[in-house]
Amino acid sequence: MTDVADIWIYLSQGPLLWLTLTLIAYGIGDTAFRASGRKPIVNPVLLAVAILSVVLTLTNTSYATYFEGAQFVHFMLGPATVALAVPLYTNLALIRRSFLPMLAALVVGAGTAMVSAVVIARLAGVGPDTLLSLVPKSVTAPVAIGITEALGGQPALTAVLVIVTGVTGAIIGTPIFNALRITDYRARGFAMGVASHGIGTARAFQVNETAGAFAGIGMGLNALLTALIAPLLAPYLVAAY
Amino acid sequence: MIQHLTILLGFQLLGEAISRGAGLPLPGPVLGMALLFVALMAVPRLAAITTTAQGLLAHLSLLFVPAGVGVVGQLDRLGDDGLGLALAILGSTALAIIAAVYTFIGVARVLGR
Repeated sequence: MTDVADIWIYLSQGPLLWLTLTLIAYGIGDTAFRASGRKPIVNPVLLAVAILSVVLTLTNTSYATYFEGAQFVHFMLGPATVALAVPLYTNLALIRRSFLPMLAALVVGAGTAMVSAVVIARLAGVGPDTLLSLVPKSVTAPVAIGITEALGGQPALTAVLVIVTGVTGAIIGTPIFNALRITDYRARGFAMGVASHGIGTARAFQVNETAGAFAGIGMGLNALLTALIAPLLAPYLVAAY
Repeated sequence: MIQHLTILLGFQLLGEAISRGAGLPLPGPVLGMALLFVALMAVPRLAAITTTAQGLLAHLSLLFVPAGVGVVGQLDRLGDDGLGLALAILGSTALAIIAAVYTFIGVARVLGR
């Protein structure tokens, strides 16, 4: 008869346990979200991350060991991003009609995200190196990291700021829209995608399929726009310290 | 299902190859999304992947969990700037959402759409 500790040692070193626990933690998060009447503050991503962080700390498991299992879930982000083309296609007529509003909202939203983040952080006394890493925080992670590298910031810090921005947008978006009595799901979704990339897009899909489709476009367009203008804008934002 | 996944992975691969090859500032999957969108318009029969795509997108949130867990271990990188950065993210995300949504609605209204 094998000892429980031996079984644990065997399982905790392989990918199966951590993959299964990732799905269970998300299942708990999603169930809590539904049970709360789909309240945005009960964010399934945030809950699952909290549960898993506690488990990793209690069991003294490294992130590298955890990721051996979790990478299978992480990998699906790629094909899921490609799959965003499908709601774009099924909402084509609506998107064609919304071309100019989207373009205007993209420029204003992306500009506001970058400028206001740096201005607020400067007022709060954040140093110039850190400010550079903050500039692309509304952009989907792989692009944001590339932008930070080009600006000379810290990519690992940007990764943290990007994820925190995504979760923040996913939590505050719906309450803001409801308080402002905005019922246009094209505009709601697009704003979510521009301000809080994939995590905002995932949240938009929970609310409404049209919102999700527009969020996906907002995320993709903002990745392109910020990659192009951040290198031009960042020196002015961070300079004159 | 396997066929649909092959299509999605194929477009990701294509996007990845083009993005790397041409040194574009877009990640492969985002370019793959654009390419699949064009392909859907050219070959409407491809829309058969809708069920698989919707299945993936319905639980898009799940896919961010591993990266989120990684971030928790990195939170000490924020250091003394933690509070300032938290304020900046909260404030700027709210402002960007409000600015984008009102711009969208304003322009749509002016154009009568």
